[in-house]
Amino acid sequence: MPKTKVEDVNQNFYDFKNADNFEFKMDKGLSEEIVREISSKKNEPDWVIEIRLKALEIYQKLELPVWGPDLSELNMDEISTYVKPKTEMKEKWEDVPEEIKDTFDKLGIPKAEHEYLAGVGAQYDSEVVYHSIKEELLKQGVIYTDIDSAIRDYPEIFREYFTKCVPLSEHKFIALHYAVFSGGSFVYVPKGVKLEMPLQSYFRLNSPESGQFEHTLIIVDEGASLQFIEGCSAPKYNKVNLHAGCVELFVKEGGYLRYSTIENWSKNMLNLNTKKAIVEKDAQVDWVSGSFGSKISMLYPMSVLKGENAKTEYTGISFAGKGQNLDTGFKVAHLAPNTSSVINSRSISKNGGIATYRSLVSILPNATGSKCSVTCDGLMLDDISRSDTIPVNNVETCDVEFSHEAKVGKISDEAIFYLMTRGLSEEDAKAMIVRGFANPISKEFPIEYAVEMNRLINLELEGSIG
Amino acid sequence: MEKLLKVEGVSAKVNDKEILKGLNLEIGKGETHIIMGPNGAGKSTLANVILNNPTYQKTSGKIFFDGKDITDEKVDEIAKSGIFMSFQTPEEIAGVSVFNFLRTAKGKIDGKNVNYFDFKEELEKNAKALKMKADMINRDLNVGFSGGEKKKDEILQMLTLKPKLAILDETDSGLDVDAIRTVSKGIQMFKNDENAVLIITHSTKILQALKVDFVHILVDGKIVYTGDGSLAKEIEENGYKRFEVGV
Ligand SMILES: Nc1ncnc2c1ncn2[C@@H]1O[C@H](COP(=O)(O)OP(=O)(O)O)[C@@H](O)[C@H]1O
Ligand SMILES: [Mg+2]
Repeated sequence: MPKTKVEDVNQNFYDFKNADNFEFKMDKGLSEEIVREISSKKNEPDWVIEIRLKALEIYQKLELPVWGPDLSELNMDEISTYVKPKTEMKEKWEDVPEEIKDTFDKLGIPKAEHEYLAGVGAQYDSEVVYHSIKEELLKQGVIYTDIDSAIRDYPEIFREYFTKCVPLSEHKFIALHYAVFSGGSFVYVPKGVKLEMPLQSYFRLNSPESGQFEHTLIIVDEGASLQFIEGCSAPKYNKVNLHAGCVELFVKEGGYLRYSTIENWSKNMLNLNTKKAIVEKDAQVDWVSGSFGSKISMLYPMSVLKGENAKTEYTGISFAGKGQNLDTGFKVAHLAPNTSSVINSRSISKNGGIATYRSLVSILPNATGSKCSVTCDGLMLDDISRSDTIPVNNVETCDVEFSHEAKVGKISDEAIFYLMTRGLSEEDAKAMIVRGFANPISKEFPIEYAVEMNRLINLELEGSIG
Repeated sequence: MEKLLKVEGVSAKVNDKEILKGLNLEIGKGETHIIMGPNGAGKSTLANVILNNPTYQKTSGKIFFDGKDITDEKVDEIAKSGIFMSFQTPEEIAGVSVFNFLRTAKGKIDGKNVNYFDFKEELEKNAKALKMKADMINRDLNVGFSGGEKKKDEILQMLTLKPKLAILDETDSGLDVDAIRTVSKGIQMFKNDENAVLIITHSTKILQALKVDFVHILVDGKIVYTGDGSLAKEIEENGYKRFEVGV
């Protein structure tokens, strides 16, 4: 019997380009002049420029990481770090220019806002073009705006938290981020305010040979609760695009934050993103993460369980197809007694894709009575793909419950045969097995996004029979 | 009349080891056939080869179903033409419920959309007849099922998909008396004059309520003897000694 072959997706829902129409596109490369120019375009106060320049200095000193995927193809001289779209930020959807509006329409953003979101932000290239939040939340003191507005309108609180979760020198690409950051979202949820519907920010990079460096800063105050969703995509170009965003999350005593990401960057994207949460006493942060796109990803969200009883859960899935190297995972630091973390990661690789799960669990001596459970599963759809797990665990106290389970295997020919005897084609059988494998993760997403995820999985598996 | 299934001189190997050695078998519409044979004789291999499992390579012979040559047909096409196989060891598929799986399968086999409510009603009725727990159809396919539950789930699939020919590979093995009776009842519910069953078994318990037309003895990759229903009882009592080569 000739074997059917599952090909890579050649037609991608997200792959539609607009002309590279911008108001301003920074010269390629990275220099003090360029950093100063970004800052002056934004009319920033001095303290922000100082951070940018210091970050640039650190960036120039730091080496590329010595582990993980090969990043040698990244040449900052070929990347434009700032592309200003032809519009200011709007608060009414009608006011957004047609072409950009059309992009987000295609991605379903305004419809989602209308149906199940409490607020929406939309970024196009380097700047946020639309931000809105429901009236009643404003009245309760919730802030949801872009970073430039936050620097201008809420300078004290912004300055108090900015760079305090992820410092400039954490690694080379975070230094780069702070040198040229632009766009992103700022959220503040006051004490005791619980949002029932999620906020969502969507990031679209349209401009070729450019980078997106959005910064997301979220503060969930004592006893407050928030669900935040982040989506990202880009059309595919032949040259490398770069994404080096940063997410800083602060969750105060008794607060709750659920941070979900569906990432489907185009397959010419280097996605070097940094996300971290500081979780205080009795607070909880849950991360839900689906990584489908990009050529190379290095993405390891981190929870710092700082206060007693702090909790975190990480649920993540990555799908690496042809030419993709997705190096993802999770880091957690247990710093206080009775903290708990649950990590559940799944990765799928196909057509030579590489999916690596990398994790770092640190349980410090005074984190007594803490719990940590790690499960990571890898599913390879053929013999040329790779799935690896690289866990590092530093457990420095005996008084913990720690468990670690890792399984990596190839999709079972017998399971495919079984489903085919029930009338499913080989492709359908594989898709069913993959969706089933992903199911424990997909069901952690809000329902609309679980549907989206299944669609992405189907897209990844779709193809002609050869 | 044209036979429903014709296996003509089929030889097959797995990992370069020849297992079926020129096997012949014919099954007509409405008939009930039994295959018995010692462990390792090639019974499961025969079932797999009829469904063209790519793990097994056919080296000679042809297989016809409903007048069509299905020797090199794709597995799902064979299933859609009306052959079903109940697995000796059913696969576990995590994250996919029995309900969703069977609804998808039913749509593929029938080639048309499945009415949700009719489907649900029939599935629940059949599951009940097979004495399956009510929550069973919402659980992941075969995951954590006991041996007996897995076999009942196979019969449930047969009742749902309504094939023209059902091959049941040791569906009764390892089941307690009550479960065997339930499975046997499921086969009776399925069986009519238009379809056929091929039951691979070591015991006659599952056969008691069925009208058996032919019993085949499969030894060393070939059918060495074919008799009527009474042969099954004799085998159960005396074993395969008199059919084995060199005895
Ligand atoms: N997938 C396989 N890989 C290797 N050997 C196999 C495989 N399937 C069957 N065999 C071998 O073929 C022979 C017949 O097996 P099988 O058809 O399962 O016998 P039966 O069902 O009659 O007990 C046995 O020797 C068995 O080990
Ligand atoms: Mg067998």
